[in-house]
Amino acid sequence: MPPPLCSRVLLSHPFSPMSLMALREQLNMLVNSMYIEGLLDQQFQQLQMLQDASSPGFVAEVITLFCEDAERILTELTKLVDQAVVEFQKVDAYVHQLKGSSSSVGAQNVKLACIQFRQFCEENNKDGCLNALNVVKHHYYLLRNKFDTMLQLEQRIQAYDSKQQN
Amino acid sequence: MAVGGKRRWWWKRRAAVVAGVTIAVSVWLGSHCYFRRENMAKAEEALVSMCEERARMIQDQFAVSVNHVHALAILISTFYYQKQPPALDQETFAYYTAKTAFERPLLNGVAYAERIIHSQREIFETRQGWTIMTMKREPSPMQDEYAPVIYSQETVSYIEAIDMMSGEEDRENILRARATGKAVLTKPFRLLESNHLGVVLTFPVYRSGLPEDATVEQRVEATAGYLGGAFDVESLVENLLRQLAGNQDITINVYDITNASEPLIMYGPQIPEGYMPLSHVSMLDFGDPFRKHQMHCRYREKPPLPLSAITTPFGIFVIIMLGGYIVFAAKNHYDNVKEDCRKMEELKVQAEAADVAKSQFLATVSHEIRTPMNGVLGMLDMLLDTDLNLTQKDYAQTAQVCGKALISLINEVLDRAKIEAGKLEIEAVPFDLRSILDDVISLFSSKSREKGIELAVFVSDKVPEVVTGDPGRFRQIITNLVGNSVKFTERGHIFVQVHLADNSDLGADEKVYSGLNGLSQSEKVQIMSDCTFDTLSGFEAADTRNNWENFKLLLSDEMILPEASTSDKEPDIVTLIVRVEDTGIGIPLCAQDRVFTPFMQADSSTSRNYGGTGIGLSITKCLVELMGGQINFISRPNVGSTFTFTAVFKRCNKDAIADTKRTLSEALPTGFRGMKAFIVDGKPVRNAVTRYHLKRLGIAVEVANTVKMMLNSLTRQNSNFRTGRQPYIILIEKDSWYTGMDVYLHNQLLLLKQNDCVLELPKIILLVTCEYDKMSTGSLVDTVINKPLRASTVAACLQQVLGMEKQQKKELSNGPTNLRNLLAGKNILVIDDNKVNLRVAASALKKYGARVECAESGKDALSLLQLPHKFDACFMDVQMPEMDGFEATRQIRLMESKENEQISIGGASRGEDSMIVEWHLPILAMTADVIQATYEECLKCGMDGYVSKPFEEQQLFQAVAKFLVSKPSSDS
Repeated sequence: MPPPLCSRVLLSHPFSPMSLMALREQLNMLVNSMYIEGLLDQQFQQLQMLQDASSPGFVAEVITLFCEDAERILTELTKLVDQAVVEFQKVDAYVHQLKGSSSSVGAQNVKLACIQFRQFCEENNKDGCLNALNVVKHHYYLLRNKFDTMLQLEQRIQAYDSKQQN
Repeated sequence: MAVGGKRRWWWKRRAAVVAGVTIAVSVWLGSHCYFRRENMAKAEEALVSMCEERARMIQDQFAVSVNHVHALAILISTFYYQKQPPALDQETFAYYTAKTAFERPLLNGVAYAERIIHSQREIFETRQGWTIMTMKREPSPMQDEYAPVIYSQETVSYIEAIDMMSGEEDRENILRARATGKAVLTKPFRLLESNHLGVVLTFPVYRSGLPEDATVEQRVEATAGYLGGAFDVESLVENLLRQLAGNQDITINVYDITNASEPLIMYGPQIPEGYMPLSHVSMLDFGDPFRKHQMHCRYREKPPLPLSAITTPFGIFVIIMLGGYIVFAAKNHYDNVKEDCRKMEELKVQAEAADVAKSQFLATVSHEIRTPMNGVLGMLDMLLDTDLNLTQKDYAQTAQVCGKALISLINEVLDRAKIEAGKLEIEAVPFDLRSILDDVISLFSSKSREKGIELAVFVSDKVPEVVTGDPGRFRQIITNLVGNSVKFTERGHIFVQVHLADNSDLGADEKVYSGLNGLSQSEKVQIMSDCTFDTLSGFEAADTRNNWENFKLLLSDEMILPEASTSDKEPDIVTLIVRVEDTGIGIPLCAQDRVFTPFMQADSSTSRNYGGTGIGLSITKCLVELMGGQINFISRPNVGSTFTFTAVFKRCNKDAIADTKRTLSEALPTGFRGMKAFIVDGKPVRNAVTRYHLKRLGIAVEVANTVKMMLNSLTRQNSNFRTGRQPYIILIEKDSWYTGMDVYLHNQLLLLKQNDCVLELPKIILLVTCEYDKMSTGSLVDTVINKPLRASTVAACLQQVLGMEKQQKKELSNGPTNLRNLLAGKNILVIDDNKVNLRVAASALKKYGARVECAESGKDALSLLQLPHKFDACFMDVQMPEMDGFEATRQIRLMESKENEQISIGGASRGEDSMIVEWHLPILAMTADVIQATYEECLKCGMDGYVSKPFEEQQLFQAVAKFLVSKPSSDS
């Protein structure tokens, strides 16, 4: 499903004071497209529902946490997998962590890739692990880009909010 | 490959055929030759014997003749030479020889020639009166000596006076004879006159006084004359041979082989004839050592082949060919069978592959269906979270239940494949039978309402509330049976009953048989046709055991037996008997024996009229058998069917009952306890069902057959016991209702109130089966309950009527508000090494009002949980580095038990603190893989339950509700 035309129009005027509504619309579009592409699942919706007035930056916070965590794990994993003798148990533990955090965030693709990765770990399949790591990285970076955009949008929305309140 | 193989196979076959035929032919030839040679040998043997026989005979006859000639010679020398004058003349000689001719069968005649020296010729000629003639009948020229014939047998009288010395052969013979003194033979030649082949025998006659060992000269000197005879070999031999048997079959040649290189033929055809390859040669000894003779015998014709020489080999040939054919055919058959077998193997592999493919297909399809269904269910979930009024909520819940049932049905389709593969396993978890039955009923409620069928459930009080077994499968069985019944029933009722197997059997069987014995069949039918039947709806049911008589018996049984007696000796095993009775079209008698066969329906028109695949009952049967039970049915066409099955469950221990009641079943509201209801219903079975549902809500029930009776009883009761419990509710069946009843009833009740018989006007509830019945009810009815009855539906209605909504709402809903109630203000510790998870879990719990603290490792948690602490519950990740969830829990429990010991010691000494609750922090595992093994391990190390990550509201609620409610004192 191609992104609707209007979203491109909106994106082409990022700094137009076009209104809060447009920004929200844009955010919604982004999130929806992420659902459609399978980057996110229901869990993310749950996250969004958890965010309320008492914790305005909740989603952003979780995403940031997730990204930090994931990047740390991915670095570790890259190191581990590159070694001559791969310690599959360690790898498995890291992948499990990544899987846990990605399922908490609702990062569907990353989660699925992790499940695949763990299977290779159980089989002690080094080539499979290398491949799976690449897949995980691929999905993760794709997701992170989108998250970055999302966070920027949210920041702007919040900025707008505070400005209006002021 | 296959073509090459086939080709080789074909060649092999061909070679085998050729070899077989060759063997047969060669055996035939061999045996034929053998017989032929045998035959030849036999023929030769016969020939030899025949030949020898003939040779001996000829030789003997010859010898006899020669001997006689010898005798004649003696005669002549005696009577001619030694008598003076000679006593012999031509006449005597002729006579004598003629008379003794039989003694010389081979000689056609004998003659005597005297030796005449030339000097004596004149004297001789004059004495005889004739001149000596040569062979050519001419007067003999002058010779040294002559041998003219003087006496002759009549047969050869023509040689008289002929000089024997004039013939070359005779002369030679004479010379040889007188020199040897023995009989000599000429070589064969043509005889005079007869022109037959013959030999001439010459025998010398000596004057007397010749010594035995005389020299040749002495012999010549002593010679007086010569006796000769002609052997007409040809005719004589022929005469001789003719007397012998088998003369026709053989040809005989006799040869003179004195000159070996040039045998002279004596007898037989000139050119040898007959069957040449087989001949026999016999030597003949005619007494003349100078001459040698041979006899050749052969068959005139080739000896005939005996029939057996042809038939026997042919027979053998045929036998061998037949044998070969049999072997060939057998081999062929074997090959064919082998080929078929191989094909079958292939097909089998294909079929198995197809089976696998089918299973995969089923799995895929069911997965594909489940995905959108999850959406539907999710939306319904969300819908239920919104603010709905009670009816809307009921509808939404029904929809949700139905959706869940659909999901489970899809799983059930998968089950069939599993059952077929023998892979289906029966679970053993505690479950509430009654709520499952309620669910099933609600699944079919809309259908039964549409059709106007009574659909009811009754579970005997003796059936434990919670049993251990496989709720899914049990539900599946009930769903199948009830579904079938609903499908095939157009009027009347569908009634599901559950009893304990032992007393149900006892009651039912005895009663039925006594009943049957008491009444003859015709009488019974009569009675039945007169009145309506004592069944749920009044229609006749197939299984008469289900009528009120028996039902009453079962009920009374329950009442008689106090509960204590059952709890005393509770066996571990509970065998339930479940009956599903309908008043549908029934099963045709001819189809009854294949009801449980997969994909079999009564007939092909069934699926047209009613749909369905016919798979349900076969699954049901399998499931029942897996659960250790049996299923059977009684069905009468156009009356209905009753399916009865037994199922074996385990009894739960009390604690488990308490737990599962809270978690598994949607708890029924308890607010009705102590209330009292009146049921007005003429049908005993039906009011028993209604009573059953009300009892489950804790409402005491009284029954009246009619409204009038009810009023009477109300009056009576309340005049007697003014403090008695008030009937809050009156439930009236539609049957007992008529137009205008509402006004009448209202007035009566008002009257009662005025008389202080009742304090409050009771609420009037009408029970109806069909939707449209609502229209005809009066305005004074408080509410109408649509059947089928379910405890929860009844409860909802009652709440509405009695205005208990606000108060009950919290208990009814298990949505977020409820969760909020449970969690609000609670101190909860969340432990997870994964920051993201931690944050999310904490946030989710905070949303429900809990105060959350976080710990990132098991050790941190332990330090936070040093006793005493403020936490009400703890959510613990299972997989953590250093110290995992299990280990951490063990440590916590260790700490708690130490503390508890101290408290109990201290409490005993202090006394007043004995009320303090023991330390037991509810610990819930958080895990992503919710499998049984994990769950068991959780329990093993002292955890209280588990929730899946990320949190699902429903599950979270269930898990939390267990202990946060069980410790009401810990919270406001």
